[in-house]
Amino acid sequence: MRLKGWKEIPIGGLIIEAGNSEEYQTGSWRSFRPIRDEAKCIHCLLCWVYCPDSSVIVEDGKVVGVDLEHCKGCGICAKECPPKVQAITMVEEAEFAEY
Amino acid sequence: MGKIVAMTGNIAIAEAMRQINPDVCAAYPITPSTEIMQEFANFVADGLVASELVAVESEHSAMSACIGASAAGGRVMTATSSQGLALMWEMLYVAASSRLPIVMTVVNRALNAPLNIHCDHSDSMGARDSGWIQIYSENAQEAYDNLIQAIRIGQYSGVRLPVMVCLDGFIISHSIERMELLDDEKIQRFIGPHVSYYPLLDTEHPVTYGPIDLQDYYTEHKRQQVEAMKNAKEVILEIAEEFKALSGRGYGFFREYCLKDAEIAILVLGSAGGTAQAVVDKLRAEGVKAGLLKLRVFRPFPLEELAESLKNLKVLAVLDRSDSFGAVGGPVFNEVRSALFDLKKPPKVINYIYGLGGRDLGLEDIERVYQELQKIASNGQITKLVDYLTVRE
Repeated sequence: MRLKGWKEIPIGGLIIEAGNSEEYQTGSWRSFRPIRDEAKCIHCLLCWVYCPDSSVIVEDGKVVGVDLEHCKGCGICAKECPPKVQAITMVEEAEFAEY
Repeated sequence: MGKIVAMTGNIAIAEAMRQINPDVCAAYPITPSTEIMQEFANFVADGLVASELVAVESEHSAMSACIGASAAGGRVMTATSSQGLALMWEMLYVAASSRLPIVMTVVNRALNAPLNIHCDHSDSMGARDSGWIQIYSENAQEAYDNLIQAIRIGQYSGVRLPVMVCLDGFIISHSIERMELLDDEKIQRFIGPHVSYYPLLDTEHPVTYGPIDLQDYYTEHKRQQVEAMKNAKEVILEIAEEFKALSGRGYGFFREYCLKDAEIAILVLGSAGGTAQAVVDKLRAEGVKAGLLKLRVFRPFPLEELAESLKNLKVLAVLDRSDSFGAVGGPVFNEVRSALFDLKKPPKVINYIYGLGGRDLGLEDIERVYQELQKIASNGQITKLVDYLTVRE
């Protein structure tokens, strides 16, 4: 994301429109990435309920993915996934890095 | 022509506030500024103003309430001194950084300890880097005139900064002077309606004030404040022009007195300007080429203008009414000396710390400074770069 210069932003650190936290890509904070095993997932949607960043993407009542632009990698989804299911593993972000 | 009155500085400020009729005032009493809000409270009680007067429990709360009211979209004013300003410290930065054009009268008083209620500039000089515009007044008339202009300066587009109007405690605040009050309608026409950019009370357009601002944007917001101060320079002169048309009284960044052909001069701010002027008159009558520069605007600092004005001097003494402990000399000295650094042939500059805790500055004290300047002008030797004026050994 291109960062704006001082002439392009509102004065005083003001945020002049509501609901713009969506534009703030907190995905770069992540050190662990949730990896979901589609074969194990029972689509109980507990991860979707608990995700503090609304980053679990659900379509037609089924989990289809994770919004990696906003997921901070907190691991709550993996923790809340029922013990008998264990569909989500937190994998170190370094393993996805492209060098 | 307005009304000629005999008035103290504090009452003149209260009168200006009545004429300005701000939306909100939040204040806590402290000597020597107490009288301002006391008198203004009378105006509120008598229904002469429509202002909401918020009686708070401390100066920290006073500035906090002013910040809230200004962010909400109101025209906001307050007044304080010394410890009161010190207690506002944290919030001074919030007001300036949030770009809220609050106008505050600071009746200058020494800082504790030991306890002292009298004038020096330690309070406002300590706040010189807080992001507020600072205008220093020479007398009650100028304090009154400065306060009215401050309303326009602070709210100007491209500026949007809070303004401190400083006046010397007791010397100006409690001395009765002959001065002119302008007509109420003229003042109202001059200041115009308050302009708020992002008022919190406009619920159709919600905004967030004071969000977290980290490594990615904090620097950009500080850079904006630098620009606002730069813009303020032009605006201060523009408003002064308009005010001159209204009142006949002209103001700039500073007032020059016998400076054009002067070889030696004193630079001072506040009420000492008048005292120094009397000494210049005496010396001029004796054929000494003495001059004076009375600095009015300290923030934004008029660097180029000062350099231009002082470039032909042989020797200059900067008088500071506060010390900067551990630095070499007072704050005004350091900045003025830096302003002269790039001149082809800069004058020699020395510094005197004077008037701390209200210590009187007599004509003879100022005369001694000019004598020292004459000595340096003739032999080129500075014996003491920084010295205390009127201190007992």
